[in-house]
Amino acid sequence: MPVLRWIRRNLIVIAGLLTLAYLILPNVVVMVFSFNKPNGRFNYAWQHFSLDAWKDPCGVADMCGSLSLSLQIATWATIGATVLGTMISFALVRYRFRARGAINSLIFLPMAMPEVVMAASLLTLFLNMGAQLGFWTILIAHVMFCLSFVVTAVKARVMSMDPRLEEAARDLYAGPVQTFLRVTLPIAAPGIAAGALLAFALSFDDFIITNFNAGSTVTFPMFVWGSAQRGTPVQINVIGTAMFIIAVLVVVAGQLIANRRKNSAR
Amino acid sequence: MTQQQTEGGDVRLTGISKTYGSFKAVKPLDLTVPQGSFFALLGASGCGKTTTLRMIAGLEEATTGTISLGGRDITDLPPYKRPVNTVFQSYALFPHLDITENVAFGLRRRGIKSVKKQVDDMLELVQLGDFAKRKPHQLSGGQQQRVAVARALINHPQVLLLDEPLGALDLKLRRQMQLELKRIQTEVGITFIHVTHDQEEAMTMADTVAVMNGGRVEQLGAPADLYENPKTTFVANFLGTSNLIEGEIVSAGTDIVVAAGGGKLRLPTERCSAPTANGGKLLLGVRPEKISLAHADDADAIADGRNRVTGRIVDSSFIGVSTQYVVESPAGKALQVYEQNVERRAGLRAGAEVVLHWNPAHTFGLDAAQDIDAGVETVEDAA
Repeated sequence: MPVLRWIRRNLIVIAGLLTLAYLILPNVVVMVFSFNKPNGRFNYAWQHFSLDAWKDPCGVADMCGSLSLSLQIATWATIGATVLGTMISFALVRYRFRARGAINSLIFLPMAMPEVVMAASLLTLFLNMGAQLGFWTILIAHVMFCLSFVVTAVKARVMSMDPRLEEAARDLYAGPVQTFLRVTLPIAAPGIAAGALLAFALSFDDFIITNFNAGSTVTFPMFVWGSAQRGTPVQINVIGTAMFIIAVLVVVAGQLIANRRKNSAR
Repeated sequence: MTQQQTEGGDVRLTGISKTYGSFKAVKPLDLTVPQGSFFALLGASGCGKTTTLRMIAGLEEATTGTISLGGRDITDLPPYKRPVNTVFQSYALFPHLDITENVAFGLRRRGIKSVKKQVDDMLELVQLGDFAKRKPHQLSGGQQQRVAVARALINHPQVLLLDEPLGALDLKLRRQMQLELKRIQTEVGITFIHVTHDQEEAMTMADTVAVMNGGRVEQLGAPADLYENPKTTFVANFLGTSNLIEGEIVSAGTDIVVAAGGGKLRLPTERCSAPTANGGKLLLGVRPEKISLAHADDADAIADGRNRVTGRIVDSSFIGVSTQYVVESPAGKALQVYEQNVERRAGLRAGAEVVLHWNPAHTFGLDAAQDIDAGVETVEDAA
């Protein structure tokens, strides 16, 4: 049976392609519908091709404002969580101190806890403290849940780092600052970058926690949710497609740079 | 910043010690390493030799005592301010930098801009000129080791510290690197302090060897001196192999006469490091290659005045240049004898009755109050 043999030989390729299709199909649908010109308010059925939405991405009221807010929050939450998370990772791996074990497990709580529970309890906390809900409460909440992901990524990297490398640097006339900048940071960088990317993605599309703690502020995911009940403008697909393409370009560029570096080393 | 301030640069450790909690890694010790010498700290793992080295490098803080270099007290200086560089056991090459930048690291940190010529010269010295643009992981273990040496030496330290630098290499490469390091040391004339657990390596390379055990220096001296005149059972067993025979002193004069294994053995008084009162216990030591074997039937042919022990061969192994015999006798259960294979000696096989004989001058005496098996390499240690 030549057909069966062909299938057996290409089983891995077939499985890979199917998985890829499963992952990419929703994105393709979003992309295709960004060129749609819907009849009425809902963008659920294909009518005909149009570039209207791409020519005027901010044509929907309040959408670009919420997008810019989400980008700002994601940026600041990424910076905050990455800096704090990197320091926590080094502390947890390199030093032995009291309550180290407790902190080690507590740091993973935001990952394990149902988001709704965390969102509700955070809201209770903010209300009890009399905090004004808005940009700052969202930012604080995002830094908190991004932190555990950053710590996970960076800790794995720091644990695999040979502490002798830093000793070697100190032995070779590098003071504490130089040792950190020239040896520790460059070697830990891949872990830190992975943590930062994860934090950005998580913060940008978080809905549940944000919705509870935003007050009257509207972030992009909240805008999408709100408009989905009244009708979905094509511009949402345009933003979604743009984000997807930017993310793919960043990954491809990263791969190319890494490859070139590897080749030049030879 | 830290170029040689003084030319005379002995390393002097005074009462240096290191305690972790209640564990004494290094007991207070005094040690002087003369400038320009190749000095080895030899001992089994956990004897405190690496801790001592790390205290000299400044990577470990001494609990008590002072370290001085060329008369200058460096005890409280951080590692980056000491004119001392280290070659680490794992090499610790920076994985994100190429070989050139690894070697140039120390120069750049001291603000030296034009490093190209020095780096090229240094890579030439360790014969790695063609590898300048590679990353450390693209090099073999031996090459990485040489980069680590180059990276340390380029700074012209007053002292180069080597922490078991050959431990990760296979035997053949290790022998080659031993000669290489010795050559480099002679060429640059810098003081080398070399930590190792390999007694052969220490004896091949070093001018002076300090044998460490349990956080103390057991004995210090030139390799030949340590080998011929061990002062403790640990040194006698750890450095090569020794036959130690328990006995009782019968008379003491220029020669000490000892009753052991049903016979009498002699040794020169000056080779005995233990008290020599009549009736006292003594451990007699003799190296396996100093002993000759004679078949029991030929015992009459042995010259007078030699120490004799009768026994029976229980095992013999042919090594090529020599044959190693294990002899059971009243003086010791497993005496070792190494004989050069000059002539085939058919009668000496397992089960043969033999007489062991040697020149009394080759016998040394040790205090019998010690553990007779101290420093004997067990299977566990060797693994």
